[in-house]
Amino acid sequence: MSTANRWQTLCTRQDLVAHSGVVAWHGGAQVALFYLPGQAQELHAIDNHDPQSGANVIGRGLVGHLMGELVVAAPLYKQHYRLRDGQCLERPGEILRTWPVRFNGDWVEIQS
Amino acid sequence: MNAIVTPQPKPTLVIVGNGMVGHHCVEQLVERGALARYDIHVFGEEPLRAYDRVHLSAYFTGADAESLAMCPADYYGRHGVHLHIGEAVLQLDRTAQEVVTAAGRYRYDHLVLATGSFPFVPPVPGAEGCSRLVYRTLEDLDRIREAAAGARRGVVVGGGLLGLEAANALKLLGLQAHVVEFAPRLMPVQLDVDGGAALRARIEALGVNVHVARATQAIVPGETYRYRMNFDGGEYLETDLVVFSAGIRPQDALAREAGLALGARGGVAIDDRCVTSDPAVLAIGECASWNGGVFGLVAPGYTMARTAAAHLMGEQGAAFGGADLSTKLKLLGVDVGSIGDAHGATPGARSYRFIDEANASYRRLVVDADGKRVLGAVLVGDNSYYDTLLQYAQNAIALPADPASLILPQGEAVPALGGDSLPATATICSCHNVTKAAICSAIDGGCTDLASLKADTRACTGCGGCAGLLKSVFEHELTARGVAVDKRLCEHFAHTRQDLYHIVRVEGIETFEQLLARHGEGPLGCDICKPVVGSILASCWNQPIMAPSLVPLQDTNDTFMANMQKNGTYSVVPRIPGGEITPEKLIVIGQVAKKYALYTKITGGQRIDLFGAQLHQLPNIWAELIAAGFETGHAYGKSTRTVKSCVGSTWCRYGVQDSVAMALRIEDRYKGLRTPHKLKFAVSGCTRECAEAQSKDVGVIATEKGWNLYIAGNGGMRPRHAELFATDLDNETLIRYIDRLLMFYIRTADKLQRTSVWREQLEGGLDYLKRVIIDDSLGLGAELESQMQHVVDRYECEWANALKDPEKLKRFRTFVNDQRPDPGVRFVDERGQRRPAPQADNPPLVEEAI
Repeated sequence: MSTANRWQTLCTRQDLVAHSGVVAWHGGAQVALFYLPGQAQELHAIDNHDPQSGANVIGRGLVGHLMGELVVAAPLYKQHYRLRDGQCLERPGEILRTWPVRFNGDWVEIQS
Repeated sequence: MNAIVTPQPKPTLVIVGNGMVGHHCVEQLVERGALARYDIHVFGEEPLRAYDRVHLSAYFTGADAESLAMCPADYYGRHGVHLHIGEAVLQLDRTAQEVVTAAGRYRYDHLVLATGSFPFVPPVPGAEGCSRLVYRTLEDLDRIREAAAGARRGVVVGGGLLGLEAANALKLLGLQAHVVEFAPRLMPVQLDVDGGAALRARIEALGVNVHVARATQAIVPGETYRYRMNFDGGEYLETDLVVFSAGIRPQDALAREAGLALGARGGVAIDDRCVTSDPAVLAIGECASWNGGVFGLVAPGYTMARTAAAHLMGEQGAAFGGADLSTKLKLLGVDVGSIGDAHGATPGARSYRFIDEANASYRRLVVDADGKRVLGAVLVGDNSYYDTLLQYAQNAIALPADPASLILPQGEAVPALGGDSLPATATICSCHNVTKAAICSAIDGGCTDLASLKADTRACTGCGGCAGLLKSVFEHELTARGVAVDKRLCEHFAHTRQDLYHIVRVEGIETFEQLLARHGEGPLGCDICKPVVGSILASCWNQPIMAPSLVPLQDTNDTFMANMQKNGTYSVVPRIPGGEITPEKLIVIGQVAKKYALYTKITGGQRIDLFGAQLHQLPNIWAELIAAGFETGHAYGKSTRTVKSCVGSTWCRYGVQDSVAMALRIEDRYKGLRTPHKLKFAVSGCTRECAEAQSKDVGVIATEKGWNLYIAGNGGMRPRHAELFATDLDNETLIRYIDRLLMFYIRTADKLQRTSVWREQLEGGLDYLKRVIIDDSLGLGAELESQMQHVVDRYECEWANALKDPEKLKRFRTFVNDQRPDPGVRFVDERGQRRPAPQADNPPLVEEAI
């Protein structure tokens, strides 16, 4: 395993807001963390940068379920991104970066 | 082989007159592609392009000349029509085919006369200057306004439609208004004796004095007022100004001098195609005489304009065959309707009459000798009967067994003719002459929602009076075609917002999860249904929106209780009730803005918006504001925004009530109320209306006796004047009506529907709403009031609540694991303040200060 695949601690479970998003600083990147207790995958990490507005706001979007997929709606122009792979539903060429994330006890870890 | 084509100069079409009918003719020509065929020149005598003469009195309630214009300023230029405004045609030279203006001569190949009419002023000795005003053009209105300065009383000579409009204008100018009519009743053309009496009673109740059967002999200097009008029989009336509105005469001078044939009672004689005695000259509107008569209404003029445009484009058919003079009006806020043979002049005609002297309501139904068909009708006081009666009359629909039922009070609802019972030829929209057949063919052509149907057919885009009927026809036809009208909120709820509201209330549901589990689909909902349900739950139970169960439902602005701006920062708007603020509080706002380097701007709602705060700064900013006594302004919510007010009777010499105190009371009562869309209020202290209440969802205007309540106005993208809902209310009744109105709106409106759209789509319209709110026809009054009181009692400033709770505050961190601000937020200085720097991703269109 190279160092590129190692898990790093990002924040704690207490920092998250259930059914909603927060943002963590990750070595120059801004990571939006969505915590959805009860879902098959409880934790998602996706780029906080909204390419349509140019502002760092994705973590403040509303999460929802559209056509069988978990999505976040960007708060300014309301376009939707799939949480699992960052694909924009309205613009096929637009994909946000996503990261693998997991709970390790009460720690939230991200793979970089 | 290609032939060499020499471009032929297009023939010139000259239209003389740029009033409503002349303008409509241009529109009809543009729609038919006439610019490819003609070079079109339009001459208008007035200094302004065509404007809405029907609603002239709006000029005194805040509308300016521009807002009365019939088209955008660039309409003519955009379509390549040459508009010569302020250039009167002085002479018509038929031999040379030229029109002559002060600027020169213009050749025409075809000419359309649309010169309109002029007010008839009876030759009364002594009538001159301020005592000889008329009511037709905006310039006339300016003269009336000038004459009204320092005046106390004004008289209108003429109790017809225009005369009553003029009386309304005088009243709006703050004058004591009198109407003097020669005939023994008001509106003698449209109304019968009892109708005239009911109208008189209603108008006098509004403070306009009516004098009928009076002939003015002379106007002489007055003793108490500027003038004295002497009547036949020795009576007199003193006044400061006199407006003559004693009928109109066709403006046919050009035609007369040019030797065109005229009608027996004046007007340019035309045939069924609107062609005059000169085949190159057409005439339309009030200057034209068809079959010996001149039509003084806009609808027949529009029909002539369409006929003329079709003729000029070589289209067949569309002959002018006279006009139905049925009319539905609101004069000084009073409903008046007149249909067909209102006087029962047809041989053998018989009438049914309903007279309610207590409420000054009157209805008359005129039927033929066989009792099978409606010939005409008269309505005073309630026009909700009009549409159905008009359909019966125009389409010769067989009368019900008991014809009187058509005009008798029906309690809940007037028996409306549904869309299904009308024949294909039935006119649904008379403004744009749209038949039921045209609507059906538009639906067949792919219109599956009302908005596209309106855009396609133009139905309901004139006076809007046919909205209910259009919707009924539309839904009936869709159902007939097997198309289900889709009213799903989103993929998770097969319900409308109204349905969900009722479910939440009836089942006492308090969380989104409960509602989704019982009545929805899927595990999570989406960004459509979550905020809608969040708003319903807040409206019903008024929990703080930061309650853990509600947070995930809110759109970002509600979640963070601030308005996100384009760069991801927020604006902060403290509540400044009624726009009243102490110097101490002003200083605090300044200090906070300075400390956090916030851009400050005064809003349209009389408060101060502070821009550029980052997420982590919001709690500190609010702690300082709350310590100084501020509360949240809910600028981020679909909720009560502001109550704008003028300074009112405490300072203003014109004020008749304390508008600021009332604004404070209203804002304090409804602050925090969650509604289907944002809600704006205003309170004006007198009829001058400085608070612009008539553009608000709820507008209150002071009167000598109390308050007039206006509802469902709107500014913004689709401006709509508020409608007068109730008059001369005392404080408690005013609040009671607003309580009921707002709760009824919350119950019945669709998602993100402003009161203006809600009101327009409400079946039964304003009259139905009045019955529900004022007459309590559904027996809901007490329930609506107690629900509102429940919400009012549970009010708490959301920011004060959030600041007490560390769990809620933890969301206000830009980064949960780092103290730094968002490095992506950058500002530049402009005019001494900060503004967002241009985004790297979105290059600015214009670089500044090169």
